Amino acid sequence: MGFYADLLQILDSTLRLSTPLLFACLAGLFSERAGIFDIGLEGKMLIAAMASGAVAALTGTVWMGLGAGILASLCLAAIHGVASITFRGNQLISGVALNFLASGITVLVAQRLFGQGGRTPALSGDARFGEIVLPLTETLRPVPVIGPFYADVISGHALLVYVALLCVPLTWWVLFGTRFGLRLRAVGENPGAVDTAGVSVIRMRYTAVLITGILCGFAGAYMATALQAGFGKEMTAGRGYIALAALIFAKWRPWAALWACLLFGFFQALALRPDVVENVLTVKVPVPALDALPYVLTVLVLAGFVGKAIPPRAGGEAYVKER
Amino acid sequence: MTLMNKFLGAATALALSAGAGLADPALIYDLGGKFDKSFNEAAFNGAERYATETGGSYRDIELQSEAQREQALRRFAEAGFNPVITTGFSFADIIANVAPDFPDTKFVNVDGWLPEVPPNVLLINFQEHQGSYLVGMMAAMASETGTIGFVGGMDIPLIRHFACGYAQGAKAVNPDITIIPNMTGTTPAAWNDPVKGAELAKAQISQGADVIYAAAGGTGVGVLQAAADGGILSIGVDSNQNYLHPGQVLTSMLKRVDVAVYESMKAGADLETGGFQTLGLAEDGVGYAMDDNNADLVSEAMVAEVEAAKAAIIDGSLTVVSYYENDSCPALDF
Repeated sequence: MGFYADLLQILDSTLRLSTPLLFACLAGLFSERAGIFDIGLEGKMLIAAMASGAVAALTGTVWMGLGAGILASLCLAAIHGVASITFRGNQLISGVALNFLASGITVLVAQRLFGQGGRTPALSGDARFGEIVLPLTETLRPVPVIGPFYADVISGHALLVYVALLCVPLTWWVLFGTRFGLRLRAVGENPGAVDTAGVSVIRMRYTAVLITGILCGFAGAYMATALQAGFGKEMTAGRGYIALAALIFAKWRPWAALWACLLFGFFQALALRPDVVENVLTVKVPVPALDALPYVLTVLVLAGFVGKAIPPRAGGEAYVKER
Repeated sequence: MTLMNKFLGAATALALSAGAGLADPALIYDLGGKFDKSFNEAAFNGAERYATETGGSYRDIELQSEAQREQALRRFAEAGFNPVITTGFSFADIIANVAPDFPDTKFVNVDGWLPEVPPNVLLINFQEHQGSYLVGMMAAMASETGTIGFVGGMDIPLIRHFACGYAQGAKAVNPDITIIPNMTGTTPAAWNDPVKGAELAKAQISQGADVIYAAAGGTGVGVLQAAADGGILSIGVDSNQNYLHPGQVLTSMLKRVDVAVYESMKAGADLETGGFQTLGLAEDGVGYAMDDNNADLVSEAMVAEVEAAKAAIIDGSLTVVSYYENDSCPALDF
């Protein structure tokens, strides 16, 4: 098997593994651009994964599952909003608490419903997002280099993979092309100014937090109904935190978030193929070293080696109208 | 964490209120979880069989973290449970520390190894390489591409032991066969990572594998799923997993943890301890699973050949090299 075929397989895997990161990263982007730090991406993904897996198993339709996932994630987002916007609580603490809540409640509910040790039953058929073969796949396949790339990497993924990719230009347009986006960014930089202009800071921030909830719902539903066939205990396995790292790596910009998530997904995919790494580098690289690469990169960015990552200025602070 | 404390507390309270003299057996599962559809679930099935057949009762607990191993052992021993049965090699060292404090309690560990076994400890081991050899033969006979895969859980000698037997069996059938071995991780989390298991299986499929053997606890659920999605065959492990994807799981390498747990519970306080118990093909401790779900996948010729090898292993005319002998495998490089 040639190197190009190996590369295509790794890129194919990259796209699959990047998708939950991308959803979660864009979710974090909306929230943090509006000045609400959200360390609870992980918890929202987890509860969405459980809800979508459970409802898809019960109803047999993946769309009901997706809806349930988004709804569950929105509930946690709303709690985060109430705690950190209305009651001006510490955003980090609220996020951490929600992660713990999600970690416990998902297993509890799944166990209560199905009695399979906190798993949801295996999904099949309409209860899962199937792989979509894009048009012209077979026509283009004989074309050298581009053909196999289109057929093996671009085509043949679940619908949500393409939704995630489309979310990137959409997010960019919303943030930088609409009045809403301008206000959202302003709320994260200088909420006082936005308030003076007669725009409700509270409402802007709630909207951002709820958008975060929806996107995390997509991420969780993707994990349970497309990437896997059902929910398993702690199945998000820290992807919410990797997404946060990707967000910092991308310096809170949508297109950069896409590349960061693809890069982190690429490292995850690479860790699955140590034989290819060994062939290319001619040295044996331990798999844990590959697993650790995303974190190493994030630390390098934070330390200022790769440009400077400046978070939204009002991030993490509750807005107080008058003292 | 707090939930588990509650469970432990409840277990302790219940046992104390019922009187410590009852001496019910207790079972502690390893981190893969009680319902991993594999190793720990086999232990659970054995305990359930004990409960229904003898009318007895038992207590069990699932661990949430490494730190709870000693805590759970001590609590069960203090509460008067006997014997205390544990699954997973990671318990062995901790049992060696705990057992001397409770000389009247008998401790059982499945898969563990200790240089010196305390008098009240029984370590049960399985000849996994023998069972894996048989399923390796079946994999090689079923493979059309001449490439087969192996997905292990945590990268430990025990799992290499599985892989080594599998590779030897496959090479006995087809000396030119390519075997792709992958390990899920290096921490106990590798026992419960179906997402990574599925990605590893997909990577192996793209490398041409058309039969994949998963020896990875809960991670194997993802491997079997990806194999079924990819239209290739898989081989389950420990429990009979043929039913998970009927017609798409070639067979399962049975490791009769259920029998070991059942026998230990049945023996109760009279259990003979102070050494090792080794269960292989001869004792029906390992084997391969045949049922309605895989009847169409396995031809009579395959069964005949595998049965011949099984008889040869039992009578000693065929030796499967154990990975433990010199920490390397003659048929496979890791």
